[in-house]
Amino acid sequence: MSDNTAAMSTTKERRGLTRPQMAWRAAQDIFDGAYVNLGIGIPEMVARFVPEGREVIYHTENGVLGFGPPPEPGEEVPELINAGKKPITLNPGASFFHHADSFAMIRGGHIDICILGALQVGDNGDLANWSTGAKDAVPAVGGAMDLVAGVRRVYVIADHVTSRGEPKFLHRCTYPLTGAGVIQRIYSNLAVLDITPEGFLLRETAPGVTVEELRELTDAPLAVAEDLKTIEAPSLS
Amino acid sequence: MIDKRVASAAEAVADIGDGATVMIGGFGEAGSPIELIHALIDQGATDLTVINNNTGNGQVGLAALIAAGRVRRMICSFPRGTSETAFPDLYRRSRIELELVPQGTLAERIRAGGAGIPAFFTATSAGTPLAAGKEHRVFDEREYVMERCLTADFALVKAERGDRLGNLVYNKAARNFGPIMCMAAATAIVQVSETVEAGALDPEHIVTPGIFVKRVLQVETPQLESALIAQGATYP
Repeated sequence: MSDNTAAMSTTKERRGLTRPQMAWRAAQDIFDGAYVNLGIGIPEMVARFVPEGREVIYHTENGVLGFGPPPEPGEEVPELINAGKKPITLNPGASFFHHADSFAMIRGGHIDICILGALQVGDNGDLANWSTGAKDAVPAVGGAMDLVAGVRRVYVIADHVTSRGEPKFLHRCTYPLTGAGVIQRIYSNLAVLDITPEGFLLRETAPGVTVEELRELTDAPLAVAEDLKTIEAPSLS
Repeated sequence: MIDKRVASAAEAVADIGDGATVMIGGFGEAGSPIELIHALIDQGATDLTVINNNTGNGQVGLAALIAAGRVRRMICSFPRGTSETAFPDLYRRSRIELELVPQGTLAERIRAGGAGIPAFFTATSAGTPLAAGKEHRVFDEREYVMERCLTADFALVKAERGDRLGNLVYNKAARNFGPIMCMAAATAIVQVSETVEAGALDPEHIVTPGIFVKRVLQVETPQLESALIAQGATYP
């Protein structure tokens, strides 16, 4: 997504958590035994930070279950890639299957957790992450609509505001939807938000980030959890 | 005796006519039947409808078929590739049509086509612009969108090993769309790295049973898109 790329170059001026810290925070919520699908970009980083002792099986849409970390340079195997078309390795017990089976895992509710990026999230759980509706753009959707429709827990990792400072989390999405009412939790550089029937609920803040500041940067009412916590992430850059 | 083996790529694709619908396997470079696609470019068929997840990479394979102006309509989920400009250029000039389909819906439409199921309902795309104009139904208090199956005149697929009966096994993530495209096409044409004697493939391990396959072509050392792109290769 273009504005993620643009924001990448201004990482130093970003407030709150670094991108690896955002991935670290999301990783703490991946439970032992989970079947997980991670989107391209920051979500992919989550696998690096899952606490030791938890066995997690990673699914990739193109037809692999149980893949491992990227191979060392020179160790890439042709035709062994993930949905981002990047080389992967296999963990013991991995399997291959065709595309309809792969999406049956997604659409049939067999994947426990999906984490993906977002352009916008509504406080009703709507997600927009595939199109800004720009007239001259070539539309491309991939598997995002299948993931949000079929996976039980769908979480977003995204910066709280765009590179132009516009809130990504708002009452209603203005971009074309990927799915309606599908997101349960957001990990941003500034906060962890849950989506409840009443809207956004602030669960955790990044160190030094105030509730007032978050209310300014979130374009929807923000309820605050009674046990509001501060995210204590390790130093990661 | 049944023998689905053919001697050359040219022979394998000879009867693909103008206006045909062609499913092409592959996701990224994994499973891309480059030799068959290049034979199709040489053969000259045009006005094609092509079904693939993407629109090719570099200036070889599917991207080269599109660049050669042979494709009237693409049915895909993600019309973007690595160093690929043919599709976006033609699309912006309204020289190629696009039917954008969510990836899982694309796979399921192909599977349904191969299984004789004319349509099905899915929650995917409900509430989004891609569901506009489609029949909706509520089952168990959830909204679903009706999707039609996809079939094709031909499929071009890459597998690892095959026998004269058309039984196939695949290589790693190259399996992707191969098995379901073989099912959904009237004539599935498969290139394999190795042809083996009937009986050499363990019946427990055969992924695509030969009933779904019409032609098997041996291409011993198939080219890889990434290597061709690194060389700056173009086709023809």
